[in-house]
Amino acid sequence: MLDLSQYNSLGAALRDAPERWPDEVCLIEADRERENCRLTYRQFKEATLLLARFLQDRGFAAGDRAAIIMTNQSKWLISAYAVFHSGGVLVPLDYKLSAREHLQQLAHSKARVLIVEHHLWRSLTQAEGFADLRVKTVLVTEAPAKMDLAGAQRWEEAKGGGEPQFVARERKDWACIVYSSGTGGRPKGCVLTHENYLEQCVALTSLYPFWPGVRYLSVLPTNHAIDFMVGFIGPFTCGATVVHLRTLRPEYVRDAFPRYRITYMTLVPLVLKNLERGLRARFEALPKHRRAMLNALIALNRFLTGRRPNLMLSRLLLRQVHAAFGGKLRALFVGGAFMDPSTLQFFYDLGIPVANAYGLTEAGTAITVNDFKPFRADTVGKPLPGMGIRIVDPGADGIGEVAIRSKTVMSQYLDDPELTAETIKDGWLMTGDLGRIDAGGHLQLFGRVKNMIVTEGGKNVYPEDIENAFEGLPVKEVCVFAANYIWPARALGGEELVAVLHPDTGQEIDAALISELVSRNRRLPDFKCIGGYVVWEEDFPRTASMKIKRGPLAEAIRSKVDRTSAVVKL
Amino acid sequence: MRTLDQTIEEILGLAATHFKVPREQLSPDDDLFKKLKIDSLQALELLTRLEHHFSVELPDYEMQGVSDFRTLAERIQARL
Repeated sequence: MLDLSQYNSLGAALRDAPERWPDEVCLIEADRERENCRLTYRQFKEATLLLARFLQDRGFAAGDRAAIIMTNQSKWLISAYAVFHSGGVLVPLDYKLSAREHLQQLAHSKARVLIVEHHLWRSLTQAEGFADLRVKTVLVTEAPAKMDLAGAQRWEEAKGGGEPQFVARERKDWACIVYSSGTGGRPKGCVLTHENYLEQCVALTSLYPFWPGVRYLSVLPTNHAIDFMVGFIGPFTCGATVVHLRTLRPEYVRDAFPRYRITYMTLVPLVLKNLERGLRARFEALPKHRRAMLNALIALNRFLTGRRPNLMLSRLLLRQVHAAFGGKLRALFVGGAFMDPSTLQFFYDLGIPVANAYGLTEAGTAITVNDFKPFRADTVGKPLPGMGIRIVDPGADGIGEVAIRSKTVMSQYLDDPELTAETIKDGWLMTGDLGRIDAGGHLQLFGRVKNMIVTEGGKNVYPEDIENAFEGLPVKEVCVFAANYIWPARALGGEELVAVLHPDTGQEIDAALISELVSRNRRLPDFKCIGGYVVWEEDFPRTASMKIKRGPLAEAIRSKVDRTSAVVKL
Repeated sequence: MRTLDQTIEEILGLAATHFKVPREQLSPDDDLFKKLKIDSLQALELLTRLEHHFSVELPDYEMQGVSDFRTLAERIQARL
């Protein structure tokens, strides 16, 4: 791999990769059984330089911000590279957000360039607020011939003449602005520097190396911190290959493993659990004697790999299982939300190590990761090299808030010094998560200090983002909490949102009110729905500027009622 | 050539059969995720089923921003 200590920026490292591995395949983009493209590093560089020239011809300069809204595909990485080559700041947005949310983040980030897939551009142009979009240059990818681009240009037209300028950056310069939450409330744009990424890459690849021939299957959105690192920067600074699939239909994802001989992949817990369910169903469907044989082999593999994974042995013992995964799989990574230890054990017993990791966008992706020395299903692993961790105000059980200090930690929240100061204190990033470090140096998580939930799909949901769905509900006051914030559970899982209703004096919580509450709840996406409500007869404590003091309110509720008796399920 | 109403009707029928929900419980403007009790991966299953029925390729992104049967039908209709 490239010696990243020698580089000051992502652009510089990515510029050298094609020089080092010109003929290695860096990118494969597949769509079902078709292969859309397969690029060597040399070819990839040629495509990016064309785009970089185009951007620079339009005045894109050092420090300018360029947003990408695309599904995982070759043009995502080409665009990112072109932005870094030009000294720009990348603003990778989540393609799954609504057009309204995209417009909000584009405005907040002050992006001057947008590179966007045609169907997402279509939604933007039809959204309220589109007329206020201030982006100067918009490139639309794969636009159908007759599509009205509303003033944007086609990706195919984005060619400049001549060699673009390589714009050098320093380690402390901004590389990306990555939004770490929904946008109903305060947008949280994490400003990550080139140093943050370079240090993270060194730390991660020291545990899970990439090299030419390694194939990473990229299915998590590349705008997300995890995939940006392990599905782009990691592979590309090591001469490895990234495989993009334009469809996430399970049958094509399954086929991708043997077809592309996948080495690594990252999943969220929900998808890993689905995979487990599917495999268990297949095993159950086997004839009795074959099922018995398989069970015996799994038990033997588990016994022989108790201390360390042994991929060669596992592939030999469980040949057919591994053949279905392509025979080259070294590990799956999982993170973003709570992972059931039994699922991790299931895959480990099959000889498929699943590295459970923990991190935050604010921390520059991973904070801890399991290294299988030995396998632990009950932890989120040990701190990455260079990661300082401490437990703040531990209780008698050793559990307290996890704080971290590292060169990977973001520099700030964009344009929000107040929130930054609340989050990074004396150089320590306060994660808002509760944990304990055990005798083996592993971090175990036990819930959250912060008022939020994380879904099985790895989505962060902040109650403040949900509250506007209940504005105007005919009660005196209403707010939304993560139930575990009011009643800390000392465990992950069991997360739900609850509404706290303060009725007017003498007001009954009648069927009509509940019906209204349910109706508004139903309009929310499933993962944002509240699970129940609590009736509270006192005024919400508020600041001078009328913001709800959530901490004191939660404490007051907790001191008077317990969760089981207080929460009325919807 | 199918009308939009016909397309909607066929989608409702196929969805009801595939996810074993009584057809009479489904209406064009219903939230399909909630009514069928499905997640985004299962929605892609539905898309595959609809591809075979309508003999047209439906990229995953056609589900983007779709929450009701009518909008899904409009997306499919545009490709027929």
